Amino acid sequence: MSTALLTDLTIFILALLVGVEVIGKVPATLHTPLMSATNAIHGIVLVGALLIGVTAHNVVGYVIAFIATFFASANVVGGYVVTGRMLKMFRRKSPQAQEQVEGQPGLAAVNGHKGLKGLVSRMTGTES
Amino acid sequence: MSGFDGYIQLVYVLVAAMFVVGLHLMNSPATARRGNQVAQAGMVIAVVATLILLIHAGTVTATGWVVLIVGSLLGSAVGLWAARSVQMTAMPQLVSAFNAVGGGAAALIAVYGYYEAEARATGVLGTTSVFTVLDVLIGSVTFSGSIIAAGKLQGVIPGQPIIFKGARLVNLGLAIVAVGTAAFMFSTASLPALLIVVLASLAFGVMMVLPIGGADMPVVISLLNAFTGTAVAMAGFVIGNWALIVAGALVGASGSILTKLMADAMNRSLANIILGGFGTGDSAVAVEAAADAHVRSIAADDAAIQLAYASKVIIVPGYGLAAAQAQHGVAELAKILEDRGIEVSYAIHPVAGRMPGHMNVLLAEANVPYPQLKEMDEINPEFARADVALVIGANDVTNPAARRPGNDISGMPILDVDQAKAIIVVKRSMGTGYAGMENELYFDPKTSMFFADAKKAMTQLTAAVKTLVG
Repeated sequence: MSTALLTDLTIFILALLVGVEVIGKVPATLHTPLMSATNAIHGIVLVGALLIGVTAHNVVGYVIAFIATFFASANVVGGYVVTGRMLKMFRRKSPQAQEQVEGQPGLAAVNGHKGLKGLVSRMTGTES
Repeated sequence: MSGFDGYIQLVYVLVAAMFVVGLHLMNSPATARRGNQVAQAGMVIAVVATLILLIHAGTVTATGWVVLIVGSLLGSAVGLWAARSVQMTAMPQLVSAFNAVGGGAAALIAVYGYYEAEARATGVLGTTSVFTVLDVLIGSVTFSGSIIAAGKLQGVIPGQPIIFKGARLVNLGLAIVAVGTAAFMFSTASLPALLIVVLASLAFGVMMVLPIGGADMPVVISLLNAFTGTAVAMAGFVIGNWALIVAGALVGASGSILTKLMADAMNRSLANIILGGFGTGDSAVAVEAAADAHVRSIAADDAAIQLAYASKVIIVPGYGLAAAQAQHGVAELAKILEDRGIEVSYAIHPVAGRMPGHMNVLLAEANVPYPQLKEMDEINPEFARADVALVIGANDVTNPAARRPGNDISGMPILDVDQAKAIIVVKRSMGTGYAGMENELYFDPKTSMFFADAKKAMTQLTAAVKTLVG
């Protein structure tokens, strides 16, 4: 067994254990965003897809490189964006500001200065 | 490892660390967004480092650059569009689709590595790496299996278990072909053999998910998530990249934990779910309700009285709620009750949605504050103190029969809804749930049935409570 392989295996096993330890602490409330975040993380496969380009010098290589980068980048970008979108919805208190924004457009600007909470309710107000 | 490659590998170690920190921050809703941003920043660094590596290598042809850039931009555009436009009820499909493309890309990396070795001047493949084979096997199964899962969730493919005679034999045959060919490759390296492994694995993925029913989807998605992670880690072994190995291992661990949680929440083994047979009619033993069993029906006004004069209400949402798009209605009703000073919380069973934690996201979207969303173990002792338990679109997870041995759902962890002082069940008809058995809760003298579509019921209840309290 080569040293490189041994190193790779060591890293793999330790990462698995770290994963079990870290993920075990995530509350059930966040399991969907967690899965979608890990989804985005396995988008790291994009690195491998890009590296195909180093040796791809014919049609087969180009086609595989194209499909792989297409798949992987959809995975990365989509995964992070949708995770962010979900996490934005988790609030500690129900946003009272929401009704004001909907009911009286003039207040929207005021809410804009209320920091994160106002911003969040404004964004969801336009989204939903 | 030359100096330059060593520096790039160091950057990948940093990226791996950022992924771990990002996931760690997801242990609380308050820090989760920052966690996602940390992981995102890690990804950007990884991609930039890789581009520097590609430029430094100097062997990427002009066509190669065009292919890589166009592929990435198109993929990003599709991913961005999907992430922006997806409905929260359709999250499981999207996650499934991302599993598919991730697994597919991982498999392609190994296939290309194998192909490229053969195309070299020597024309000899050398030894077949076990990681190449595993990557191709797992990646291909994930790719086709996830597409089928997404299709079922989207309703393109029927959600019921699709089973035909000899299906298990076909499965066995495909597994033997895939693994057998893979074993053969260790003695004789051959590209056609690898392609056979790809095809057999793709077919196996389809056959694996087809017989699995809709309510088992939380397990299937988690399992495929674990598969994708493993495939990516294997791809990391193939190309000797630590970032892929660590990221893949993290996802593999996460998917495995969620798979176990979901299977436990249904008190079923993974083998039992994969092999099917649940809710297909062959194992459903009808539990006949006692002859004198009486179901009490209730109107909106009476239900509203019970709710409005309670001091503690626990809402039990199930997938039926999401299917009827009633989550905003529930949130509105809850808000009115809260304004009256009534303590409202939500009891979320682990398999309440179509993927782990799905119901929480649906309710969060309806502006329900997350401290009100209670996990099963946390809420169960509270039912005894609740004046009203309002069950909406949940069935099997509330059936007290699960506490007794000898039926289909025996031993399944359930919400102790029957401990509440009064129970209101919103349901369209007396139809059975996924397990195909009567819910004894409905025959409880404390239970009133409010027969209506969940969304309409919420509108009626909200209106009734409003008139009542002025």
